[in-house]
Parts: sequence; structure tokens; C-alpha cells
Amino acid sequence: MARKLLLEHINVPGINTLDVYRQKGGYRAVEKALKTLTPDEVVEEVKKSGLRGRGGAGFPTGMKWSFLAKPEGVARYLVCNADESEPGTFKDRYLMTHIPHALIEGMIVSSYALGAKTSYIYVRGEMMPQIRILERAIAEAKAAGFLGKNILGSGYDLELYVQPGGGAYICGEETALLESLEGKRGNPRIKPPFPAIAGLYGCPTVVNNVESIAAVVPIINDGGDEYMKIGIGRSTGTKLISASGNLVRPGVYEIELGLPVEEFIYSDEYCGGIANGKRLKATVAGGSSVPVLPANLTLKLANGEPRLMSYESLSEGGFATGTMLGSGGFIAFDEDQCIVRNTWNFSRFYHHESCGQCSPCREGTGWMEKVLHRLEHGHGKMSDIDLLVDVSKKIEGNTICPLGDAAAWPVASAIRHFRDEFEWHVKEPVKSLQGNYGIADYAVPIAKAEVKQEN
Amino acid sequence: MSEKVKVTIDGITVEVEPGTTILNAARQIGGDIVPPAMCYYSKLEGSGGKCRTCIVKVSKGSEKDPRPMPKLVASCRTTVMDGMEVQNITSPEVIEARSGVVEMLLINHPLDCPVCDQAGECDLQNLGYEHGLQKTRYEFERRTFERIDIGDKIQLHMNRCILCYRCVFTADQITNKRVHGILNRGDHSEISTYIQTAVDNDFSGNVIDVCPVGALTDKTFRFKNRVWFTKPVDAHRDCPTCSGKVTLWYKGENVLRVTARKDIYGEVEEFICNTCRFDKKMTADWTIEHPTAISDTSVISANHYETMIPLPVIQEDLRLQEANKVELEKTAKF
Repeated sequence: MARKLLLEHINVPGINTLDVYRQKGGYRAVEKALKTLTPDEVVEEVKKSGLRGRGGAGFPTGMKWSFLAKPEGVARYLVCNADESEPGTFKDRYLMTHIPHALIEGMIVSSYALGAKTSYIYVRGEMMPQIRILERAIAEAKAAGFLGKNILGSGYDLELYVQPGGGAYICGEETALLESLEGKRGNPRIKPPFPAIAGLYGCPTVVNNVESIAAVVPIINDGGDEYMKIGIGRSTGTKLISASGNLVRPGVYEIELGLPVEEFIYSDEYCGGIANGKRLKATVAGGSSVPVLPANLTLKLANGEPRLMSYESLSEGGFATGTMLGSGGFIAFDEDQCIVRNTWNFSRFYHHESCGQCSPCREGTGWMEKVLHRLEHGHGKMSDIDLLVDVSKKIEGNTICPLGDAAAWPVASAIRHFRDEFEWHVKEPVKSLQGNYGIADYAVPIAKAEVKQEN
Repeated sequence: MSEKVKVTIDGITVEVEPGTTILNAARQIGGDIVPPAMCYYSKLEGSGGKCRTCIVKVSKGSEKDPRPMPKLVASCRTTVMDGMEVQNITSPEVIEARSGVVEMLLINHPLDCPVCDQAGECDLQNLGYEHGLQKTRYEFERRTFERIDIGDKIQLHMNRCILCYRCVFTADQITNKRVHGILNRGDHSEISTYIQTAVDNDFSGNVIDVCPVGALTDKTFRFKNRVWFTKPVDAHRDCPTCSGKVTLWYKGENVLRVTARKDIYGEVEEFICNTCRFDKKMTADWTIEHPTAISDTSVISANHYETMIPLPVIQEDLRLQEANKVELEKTAKF
């Protein structure tokens, strides 16, 4: 069994309450940090741990914290990005629902490290149950003296608020989130200045993902050195993966980074293989914004070595043969799934969610969606395929925030790896609509039994 | 006085104050290397970064950190560093990306220049001419809107809007009552007034001047004439509300339009009030200064002020120069 840090007690009845959470060792990190460590020492432990941001970008958390400007007399803020809304990603919601105190404990320790006296958890507006759960948990923590004035007699004060978001995907982008938190339209800000210099209300601010903040708790409990021993290379620690698609057992799994992708898909401990005995055709490894990979490149690197669930291994070979770990939204497609339809579906999402502030994203995402709609519905032209590649190139890298890239990468990668299928949609529109995608053999015929035998 | 920083743009080095953006550094050099800007407006705080037409390549970050920037950057919002090297028109990557931006901007902006009131003064028209394709690759239905009267003097036609936000910033920053902004998101975004409230404060007319395309037009001038048939003249009056420095646009003896004075980048020098703009259309209202300086490349200068540049053969031959002296003098600039 792999080591669990965040979901160790997930099945304990009542773990969402303060009492049970404390019985299982909860709030030890708060006591340790506030009573025995200085804020700088907490930052140092996080740096030592090698923890990388779990929201998608993978930037080292400790380093991000150390960039925070500390001018005299100016407030500092910690904002938790709980605006999880990328298709295929649902691990933060799971964590907040079942173990809300893990996030709150992480918020207290992280706020202490950063010198923040007021912190916010920005939750997507649609997640009303999670908002209520967090509010109840915050009330419990405050009543027990973990929040408010003079926490545990340490002299440190912290107020923690839950702020419902506007229900827009773009509000998950850290600067758009800050705009939204300030009560404005959720448009991304132009960087620089970065939030570490001028963030919420113009003050130095750190924005971290739910999972990143929750991961601070075991780092403080066990020490950064211990945390660094878990995982592989620069991908240290554990990662929550939200697995969905045509899997036998979709769900949220905590894995040690470095786990072979093949084992994650086919072993009984995790996803249990592809549903209904079908073959794997493709995967999206890190949420809908990362490039799609065909089955062979999902399981193996271009040089034939096994692909691992880590930041480095998944991006091995760049976008030609690799992808990204992203937020850990792992979606598997079996041999019956239409790549064109799936790409159109993703594109539809990004078109809908573009804020419209910058021209390439505002106009380009809609253009791609319309061309993909045409291809999927049997009216496509062969030139549409190159047009899509060109439009995606014109968007990529030319926008204010990464939403443009997120819209462009799935389209470009789907055509790169599954061009035959796009062409088939043009050549045989009727057959394509009937579910015959005309592909030679994209799927990888690995049965669960074979994997077991190898292991 | 802070120490100046050195930046090189397309091989030309200039020293500028710290905190200057690449675009403004390029403007200090002038000429073709100045990136185009559809949304940036130096007089409006926070503007820029949205249209992406001014993107450039930073091939060297600074003396301290010479690494190039990984992506193209918006020159209007990126400040220079000492030793920075920038490529604009010398980078094929930039030209390619800019042509992509122009193509995107023209998706929902009709090329109806012959019937647009902004023809001859439109930045997008120039940009389309310089970077656009001969034929659009976009084959889907364009979004269309009904024209909206925002007040009795200003007409908004969203068909032509490219969402540069300049008018929103203008309304926010120089008028005393903000009544318009952006509605919806993505390619459904639109500039609108709240429940079509009239924009009727003293400085509202400036949204017409800042609009880079023909989306916001002056109803007192709209379609009365083509701009290249008019004759711009600088004039002023003693105005209690604004500086009173304007450009009068004459057709014959009639003042057809009054606008703020604009610099060579099409930005107004000083915002003017609605009284000067809409109500003072008699020559007697104004003290005339002199004809407005118009760029030789502008269509407005056609048949008016363009200096005849002697052909190379005339430049080199003194006899021909003498023979053409009268003709050349006729076209001399004021």
C-alpha cells in the first residue's frame, strides 16, 4: 500500500468534525508551528520538502512564499484557491468535503509562516455544500481557539473567511481570483506586478491551491526532510489524482509521485483497468487544459521506458511526446471514444469560459469551437484541420493569462496524435457520426492480467 | 534624478527613465519600430495589455539576467530593464503573431470601411492593411447588434467594437459618473450602458476620441462627410470647463466636427468638454491657430498638406530642382 498523507483517515467516521480530526492527530502542526517554530522556520521546512504547487503550474511552494514582499505596516494575505472547476479535476472538492480541517489547519500554519492576519478561502460559487462544510469547520476551529485572537496563547491572531466565487472558471486564475475577491469582474491582471508584490487590495499576497495548503500539515508534522523522501526526484510527496473516464474504478486517489502510469491505470489498488474490458485509447493526464496523449505514450516514454506519475516524467519529451501533471485530473478514454468529439467538448468549455479581455483568446476560442463543431457534425473540410492547428498556434503564448494556452493545447495535441481520426471525420462524416471513427489502431491492447504478470 | 536605463529596440539604442515601458521607449525613438497599440492609451491609467497588437520579443532580458523572455510580451505593459534587447519588426515571430491578432480582431469587426464613419482615422484599418490577410479564413456568422444611442450626441455600434476598454477607462477616469462598462464574457462581451442609460456628463464625448475604431461615433458629424475631404485646423477658446484646445474640421467655411487634438500616435493631448465638442461649431466661437499637422502617411493629408518628396532623379539634379522649384514650394509644409 502506498503511503497516504492527506487521505490517511478519509474513511474514519466523523473525520469532518474537529473532535475526530484531533483524535487522529489533527492540529498538531498548528501547535508545533506556533509554539516551537518561527515563521521563517516554517517557510524553511516547506522549502526543504520540495513541495510543488498542486494547482497545476507546479511551482515550488516554499520558493513562492519566500518571494512575498514584507514592507513595514502593510498587511499580507494568504488566499486559498478553491475555485476548482477544470473538467476532470475534483480532488480539492473531495478533500474539502471529507476532511475540511486538513485545509483549515494548513491555512493556519501557512498564514503564520507568511505573517498574514487575515486569510481567505475562495471557493467556487457552485460548491455550496463545501462552503457550508468549511464555514462549520471554521466555527469549530475558532471555538477551540485555533482561530481568532492570540491562537493557543502564541500571540498570533488570524481571521479566516470563506468567500464564494462567481462561478467562472477564469476566477481560478490567481489574479482573476484576486479581482473577484475584491468584488470586481473576474478578469486576470496583467503581470507584473505579481501577487507576491501587489496582490489582494494591492498588498503582498500568496495564492495557493487547496491541496498545496493541506500538504503543509504533514510537512510540519514530520519535517520537510521526511516529506522529501517521498516521491521521485523533484516531484516530492504525494499527489491527489482525480481519475475519471472509462475506468473500472474512477475516483480520487492519493499516490506517491513516481508511481508508474500503467500501475495507476491497471492495478486494483487504483483504477482497476479500463471499464468493460476495453482497450485504452488516450488519456488526459492533468485536467482538460493539458495535451492529450495516445495510449502508447501514456504508458511509455518515447524511448520505451515506463512513464511515471511525476511532473518530470509526464512532461518528458515536451509536447511532442509528453504532457503535464497539471492539477492531476486524469481522464482515460477507451477505444470507443471519439477524439474529435472530446476535443470539441473541451473547446466548447474554453470558449464558454474565456473572459474576453484579450483578443486572441476571446475570438480564437470561439473560432476553434465552431470549426470543431463542424468537423464533429459531419460538415468539416480537410483544410479545417490545418486551420485549427494554425489558430491554436496564434492563441498559444499570446494571451494575458494561461487560459488561452489551456484552450490551444488540447486541440493542437489531439491533431498531432490523432490526425487520421480528424481526417476520417471529413472523409466519412456519416460513418463518424455513427460511431465508426475509422482509426487503424490507436488503442493499446494491454490487459489487466498482463500487467499483473509483469509485476 | 534616477539613473537612466539603456534599451535596444530593433538595433536602435535609447536611454530612458526607469519604469518606462517598451512601447514608450520605442516611441522615444519613433518611426516604424514603434509597436501598434489598439487598447493602450497613455492618458488612461491601467489601459493596455488587452488587444495584444503591441506584442514584441524580448531577446535579452537585461544586463544582469540576459535570458530572453519565454513568450512574446505586451510592450505597452512591460517595463524596460537596463541592457534589454527587444525585437519588433525585425522578428518574423512577432510579425506572424501580430498578423494572427489582426485576424482575430477582424473576426467580429466588419471590413466595411467604405461605409464606416471612422474610415481614414481608423487604427485597425491601418493595421489590417499592414498585417491582414487578403481573405478571411473565418466562415461563420458574425455577431451583430442594433445601434444604440447613448445620449443624444453619441452612437454606439457594437458591430465594430473590438473591446479595447478605452472608453470604459475614459468613463471611469475622466467623467464623474460611470454608467457604462463590459457585459457578458468571452466573445459575447459587449460594451454597454446599464439598461441603456444615456452617457450625458460633461466629458462623455471623449469616448468618441479614444475609440480606435468606428464603434463610438459623434452623432453631430456622423456620415456628414468623409474625413479626407475635411480640413483640420487647430483652434482654442476660453472654456471654463476644459482647456478649450481643439481641432476644428472644416468643409469649406463650415465646421463639421470638433475633436480634441491628437498626437502622432492618435492619442488626445487634452480631453475636452462636451460644450466645446458638440455646441461650438461656428468659426466665431474660436480663435484659429494654424492648420493641424497631419502625418504624410495619413489619408487625411491627401490633397492637403503632403510635402512632395522630390523623386531621386530630381534630388540629384540641381537643374531639375530649379525647374521644379515653384511646384515644390507649392507643396511645402506650413
